[in-house]
Amino acid sequence: MKIAIASGKGGTGKTTIAASLARSLISFGDVWYVDCDVEAPNGHLFLNPDLKQQTRAVVRIPQIEKEKCTACGKCVEVCQFHALAKVGKTILVFPQLCHGCGSCTWNCPENAIVEVPNPIGLLERGRTDDGIEFARGVLTISEPMPTPIIRQLKKIIDPCEKATVIFDSPPGASCSVVESLRGADFALLVTEPTPFGLHDLKQILGIVDDMHIPAGVVVNRVGIGNEEVDAYLADKNIPVLLRVPFSKELATGIAAGKNLIEILPEYQQQLQNVFQKITSLVHGERS
Amino acid sequence: MIAVFSAQQDALESPVDPRFGRCAYLIKVDTESNEWEAFINPGTSQSGGAEIAAAQFVIDKKAAAVVSGDFGPNASNTFKVAGIAMFLYGSEVSTVKQAVEFFQQDKLQAFS
Repeated sequence: MKIAIASGKGGTGKTTIAASLARSLISFGDVWYVDCDVEAPNGHLFLNPDLKQQTRAVVRIPQIEKEKCTACGKCVEVCQFHALAKVGKTILVFPQLCHGCGSCTWNCPENAIVEVPNPIGLLERGRTDDGIEFARGVLTISEPMPTPIIRQLKKIIDPCEKATVIFDSPPGASCSVVESLRGADFALLVTEPTPFGLHDLKQILGIVDDMHIPAGVVVNRVGIGNEEVDAYLADKNIPVLLRVPFSKELATGIAAGKNLIEILPEYQQQLQNVFQKITSLVHGERS
Repeated sequence: MIAVFSAQQDALESPVDPRFGRCAYLIKVDTESNEWEAFINPGTSQSGGAEIAAAQFVIDKKAAAVVSGDFGPNASNTFKVAGIAMFLYGSEVSTVKQAVEFFQQDKLQAFS
């Protein structure tokens, strides 16, 4: 079972829920926590993994062999990302715009393009004391493109068929979120009952709908804001799987790096219930 | 000389667009004859690399100068390699027509 935790709005509690859900499931079998928020990964603060393996994340960018290049401009024409420009007899390469798709290399009639690795960040793997398999990507500061790291991160993990894999997505509703959601059996969307929470929840619901991923919602910080999130979810028939109250006790615990279960042990059972509901929703969806 | 101006609309009376990569129109002007033609900026429809798309368009139009509110690092590096001079509108210019006159009178500030 692959569950992506996403939100739309930032700071709603994705990582709190993702890390706590991972902890709640360790007695059920293999659990993976995969931090896809590569621009600001913070799952390690809650799970304290021993990060042992480190590999580079690279994008393979074109390098033009000047003696072979006739400046025909075919590479510029086929590049969907405008990572190449033709100026007179020179082809300019803009590494930060390159997605590494290989179209330029493939289409060059002179075989004048070689691909060279351009490092954009790190892929890290490890384990927590209580046995959660942990993986994360870290985008180098100033690099603009998180998507390739997320894609590569998903390739370095090797969960067994029965494992539960939790993808902690970045906030927002852009390419990096789509990449994090890709391949997920279920999207658990964390929101807060505020106008901003609702606005951004609608965006992420649009994405999971387009991607045909069944979704449920966690409403965090219950007690602030208004009733509009509940009204909207009821109207759209979207299940609310957990409500977490706005409380000083939880906020203090989270600020100290504790997950929900460490703060209030009753969350163990509540999060296991969430998982059971997800399982039945996914199986219901398939039948 | 061919100069290209970033504009909000497809006319010489159009307000200038201070953005280069994401301006709505690029207006090509022959500064000797005052003949002009407006083009939809191919950069506006791009999700990324708008500056490069717009810069490539300016290069392909054989321009010798380009005028906008500012230029990002990708566009300015491309124009430097291409040998195309970059100029800024500044605060006194509001329409493309005015900008053309300022350009002809050498009153626009060069981008460096």
